Order: sequence, then structure tokens, then C-alpha cells
Amino acid sequence: MIRRSLTLFAGLFVLILVIGWAMGLPFTSSRLVEATAYSLIALGLNIQWGYGGLFNFGIMGFLMLGGFAVTFISYPINPQFWGSDGPWMLGRALIAFAAGALLVYGARKSDRLGIRGGWKTFVTVLAWFVAYCVYRSQIDPAAAYIEANAGFVGGLGAHPILGWLFGGVLAAAVAFIVGKIALGLRTDYLAIATIGISEIIRALIKNMDWLTRGTLTVSPIPWPTPLPQDYQATGSDQFSSLLLSRGGFLLLALVVLGVSIWLISRAYSGPWGRMMRAIRDNHIAAASMGKNVTARQLEIFVFGSVLMGIGGAMLVSFTQIFDPSSYQPINHTFLIWVMIIVGGAGNNWGAVFGAVLIWLVWVISEPLARVIFEFASSWSSGFGWGEITQIESRSAQMRVFVLGLVITIALRFAPKGLIPEVVRRDA
Amino acid sequence: MTEFVFFINQVVISGAVLGCIYALGAVGITLIFGILRFAHFAHSELMTSGAFFAFMLAALFASWGIVTPIPTGFVVLPIAMVMSAIFALGIDKGFYAPLRKRGAKPVILLIASIGVTLMVQGLIRLFFGAGSYSFFETETKDVFRIDTSFLGSTRPLVITEPQLLMIVVTIISVLVLHFFLTRSRLGKAMRAMADNADLAQVSGINTALVVRVTWIVAGALACMAGTMLALDVTLKPDLAFNIIIPIFAAAIVGGLGQAYGAIAGGLLIGFAESLAVFNWTMVLRPLNGVLPEWMQLPATLALVPTEYKLTVAFVILVVVLLVRPTGIFKGASS
Repeated sequence: MIRRSLTLFAGLFVLILVIGWAMGLPFTSSRLVEATAYSLIALGLNIQWGYGGLFNFGIMGFLMLGGFAVTFISYPINPQFWGSDGPWMLGRALIAFAAGALLVYGARKSDRLGIRGGWKTFVTVLAWFVAYCVYRSQIDPAAAYIEANAGFVGGLGAHPILGWLFGGVLAAAVAFIVGKIALGLRTDYLAIATIGISEIIRALIKNMDWLTRGTLTVSPIPWPTPLPQDYQATGSDQFSSLLLSRGGFLLLALVVLGVSIWLISRAYSGPWGRMMRAIRDNHIAAASMGKNVTARQLEIFVFGSVLMGIGGAMLVSFTQIFDPSSYQPINHTFLIWVMIIVGGAGNNWGAVFGAVLIWLVWVISEPLARVIFEFASSWSSGFGWGEITQIESRSAQMRVFVLGLVITIALRFAPKGLIPEVVRRDA
Repeated sequence: MTEFVFFINQVVISGAVLGCIYALGAVGITLIFGILRFAHFAHSELMTSGAFFAFMLAALFASWGIVTPIPTGFVVLPIAMVMSAIFALGIDKGFYAPLRKRGAKPVILLIASIGVTLMVQGLIRLFFGAGSYSFFETETKDVFRIDTSFLGSTRPLVITEPQLLMIVVTIISVLVLHFFLTRSRLGKAMRAMADNADLAQVSGINTALVVRVTWIVAGALACMAGTMLALDVTLKPDLAFNIIIPIFAAAIVGGLGQAYGAIAGGLLIGFAESLAVFNWTMVLRPLNGVLPEWMQLPATLALVPTEYKLTVAFVILVVVLLVRPTGIFKGASS
């Protein structure tokens, strides 16, 4: 088992060297930083699916939350907003929101007053409607005012690392609510519910222009480590400043990843991990042993989502731009699933291996497809069949096909993944 | 009456059109769930590829110089449906049947269906690029403007020819499906297997045949839904991928495994979406004359802003999953 993993990781290392040789250092270094962030996200999904058997198809939503969090925390302060009436209007909207929440809570407890059955349902629906109207009546003018006068709320100007942490916290808070709502459902329903919720999160972040600037995008978001420009300012040449800055970011990301793996591995091999596997394999038996299955599953859902939030924040920090419309289910949910399936669910090293491998496959299948197309095009025009048109856009789509092919082949021939979970029976 | 006609144009017609497409897609999903017990995500790609089959056939017809009285898309629909059914059977044979034979859990089939989604979408984009196409490049899209001045309205009732045909075709296919499920031997076998697969097998029902028929019906209906959606808007590679979750919402609202529930759910989601973004001020404007100054209606009075239209389906989905996960019509829950 160990030998197999070492061989696979050695193969991966060779692949990275080959890509570095073929595509150059700037390309490879950014892909490696992204691969590290994706490893963190894949670890989050590994906790949820590999340890807990929970079906989360809403990864995109958590990545967006992380991205928004780091934007909000680390982007410079917008004095136009803080100098205007915006904060005051937002405060009123917040009070309206709280009042609405209180109203709904009261309606849900209305059976204490003797309102029962159909009447209670009616009162609850009415309370939701009134709360929604009250909130809309405050937030709509506030949003319009902020968009007209200040553009958007802006950031807090704090250190990006704080933003990463906040990304984790925000994702955890949302995961708690989502888990409370959806974890009672069986797998297929859970998958569809989480997709639905992630689409709601995406629609909100994309359209709340006053908070996130929506499709106008926010950039540049600062780095936690010095940028290439900073090194250049101190007199380094272009190449070494790029190397130093990317290397610094990669090192930081690797430290975060390493700490996460260490913590998760400790939890996994302890009683907590054993309990989680017991719940995954047979939740009825686990419940009869006195384990609180629902609470434990909620716990694992929140833990996994924290890593997704931090990973999403890291990605946005690195690319320096937060563009809500760039988030797609294929790139940000299904891709992570392919990583886990190919790497091996339930094994942390499998998750990391799958994340790096699939990310590299994903990014190089486009240039590779272009080379193949150009070759085929020259070949077919040599035969007099004419050239292949739109090579650029066609090869860009090739990676979606490759991704689908990889996942179906993996499910068929290596359903446990390349580095499968190690089941110990001796303990 | 102008306001009433406006309401019909904005809510009833667009809701019915959307509802028909959702319903036809949801029926396929719900049948597959009933028989094979997994959520088939690649249904969106069956719809999109069906639309592309129809598009290629229509282009072929146009190049042969065949001119049809109704839009060519509807004329070639039966052929495209046959092609889609074969395509669906091929996908099952190639990707799902081997996994089923191994005894894989439904969850694994669900993930496999996502793999199929990605592959088919990749192939479509490979051949057709990422641009959009229209069925009406060589022929015109007829628009009927029914004069409603006898009702005292200043606006006409507007419906396009494809929309009208779409509603008619949906009603016919729902009736055919109904008679197939209740009167024919195979249809009864399908319902029996959806109820209890083991019992159906021991009572001598050919389950392999039922599975094949399910894919044929689902593929044909998906092709119909996809083609009609492409006729109403434009044909693009992510045509149905964007609406697969509302379609799932329709199937769940109706109760997974219930064919009639899926139709009701589809129409419900379709109407809910168009009602939610409807601007009520347009209908209630006459009240402005009665209401005092401080209570004048704002320019837009919609339940949700237009950009959240698709979100309505997700919210309904989440609420239904919370309040009544088995759907309006009690669905297969095991």
C-alpha cells in the first residue's frame, strides 16, 4: 500500500517536472499554488464524503463564500461608503432582518398560544411573508443608495490571512444552517438539495451588487505574502522576484495544507474518526450504540465546509480577483468530486493526490487538445478535407469531456480510487 | 381588461410554456428514479443532445428544400425522438448497466451520471462550439396577435406559433403516456416495477425489458422537451444544463417516482417562476386613482427581482424537501 502510494506520488512529481519543462515556470508555479488550494478543498470533501458518507454537491457555494469573505476582509476600506448614509441604512436593514427573524420564530412557537394545525401553518407562512416584505422594504433602498453613491461596501483592509479564517468561519456558519435543513434527507435528495442551496448562494452573491459588486468584479485583492512588484521595487530582476513571490505564497499554502492534514489525520485515527466511520458504514448500528448520528453528521459537514471556505478564499487571494460569474458547477463542484473519486475517498493522501493530478489534467488538457487539433487540422487540410475551425474555443471545451471520461473510467475500473481507504481490522 | 390580457401574456402563457418543458423533463427523471432508483443528472444532456439531433435534421430538411407549413423543428421531432431514445439506450448500455451489474449503490450511479453529463456536454461543445443556434434562420417564427378589443382591451393576446404547438404537443404526449401507463401491458409492468422491483420480478415481469422501455420513453420525452425549449428560445450547448435543477425540483415536488406528480410539479414550478417575477403594478395600476397620495404603488412591485427568477425553483425545492420530502403526491421514498 505504502509502496503504491509512493510510486504514484513519484509519478506525480515527474508529471509536474514535465509540465514545468514544457509550459515554463510562471505557468507551473501558479498551477501548483492552485493545486494546493484544491487539495485543501478536496480534503474538506474527503471529510464529508470519505469519512462521513455525506453527499455535498454544493461545494461551489462554500468556495464562493470563502472568496467573498477574503474580499470583504482584505480589500481596502471604501471611504465613500463609510462617509455616506450607507452604514446607517444597512443598520436599519439589519434591524428589519432581526425583527423579521423574531416574527418567524414567534410564529413557529405560536402553538404555545393555542394556535394549532392548519392555523399554525397559516400564521407561519404569513409571518414569513411579512418578514420578507419588511426586510425588502429596508434593503432595497439601501442597496440602491449604496450602488449609486459609493459603488459597493468595500473591504475592511485587514490582513488576508484573517480573510482566510473568516472564510472558514462563514462557510461553517452557512454549513451549520444547511446541515440543519438538509442532513435529514437521504443521499439523492441531499445531493439535489445541496445543489439547490449552492445555486441560491451563487444567485445572491452575484446579484447583491452593493455587497460584492456582482458581475463588475473586485480586484486587486492583496496577497498575504509580498507580490512580485514588491520584490522588483527592492531591485530584484523579473524572474527571481516572480520565483520568490510565488514561492512565498506556495509555502504559506503548503503550511496551511500540512497543518490541516496533520490535524485531520490525528482526528481520523482517534476515537472520533472511528465513530465517524461507524456512522458512515451503518448509521442504524451506530445509533443503537448510543451515538447521536444527526449531531455527528452535522459536525462533520461543518468541519468539511470550513476547509472548503479556506480553500476558496485562498484561490481568490491568489488570483487577486473576485468574479462571482466565473463560478460554475462544473469547475467548482464536479471537479472536486472527480478529484476525490479518482484519488480515493476516505484516504487523505488519496484526496491530495487526486486533487493535484486532476487539477493538472484539467489545466493541461486545453493546450494538449490544441496541439492535437492543430496536428489533425494540418493533416486533414493535407488530404484536402479543409482545416478544423475554431480550434481555440473547441480545445477549451475539451477538458470538460476529459473530466467526464476520467470519472466514468475511474468508477468502472477503480471504484475505490487510486489510493484507496485503508481498512484496519486489527484494532 | 388591458391589465387582464397583460397578465395572461406575462404569466399564463409564459408559465404554461415553461411548465410544459419542465413537466416533460421531470417525467423522464421520475420514471428513471422509479425504475432504477437513482437521480439521473445526465437527463439535461439527453435534452440538449435531442435538441441538437432535431436541429441537424431540420438543417438537413432545409438543405433538401423541403418547406413545411409548421416549423420544421416540429416535423422532424419524431425522428429526433427515435434517435434520442437510441442514444439513451446506448448511454445506459455503456455506462450504467456495467455498474448496476456490479451491484453499485445508487449514489455511484448518480456520480456516473454526472460523468456522462460532462462527457456529452464536452462532445456537443466540441462539435458545435460554444455559440448559439436558432431553428428560425431560414423560416419565420409566426406570432399570433389575437385582438381582444371586444373585451375592452387595448393590448392583443400574443402567442408564438411554436408556443402554441408546444402546449398542444405536450397535452397529446401526456395523454399518450397516461394511456400507455394505465392500459398497456408494458406500462403496467413499469408501474409494478416502480412500486416493488423484487415482487415484479418474481411475478414474471421481464425487468430488463422494462428498463429498456424506461430509457426509450425518457429519452424520447427529453428530446421533445429539449427541442421545444430550443424552439422557444435559442439552441446552445448549455441549454438544459442550466434548468436541470428546476426540473429536479419539479420531479421532487410531484414526488419522485410519480409520473403524474412530475407533470403537476412541472406546471407548478413553471407558473411559480413566472408569477414570482410578475410586476403587479401593471395589473393594480388602476388602484392608484383610488389610493391616497402616500400609498401610491411603486413602479415595480414584484415578489422577487427578475434576476432571481431561477432561484424561485430552488427555494421551492428546499421548502418542499423540508416540509414534505415525499412530494405532493406521495413518492417512492426508499
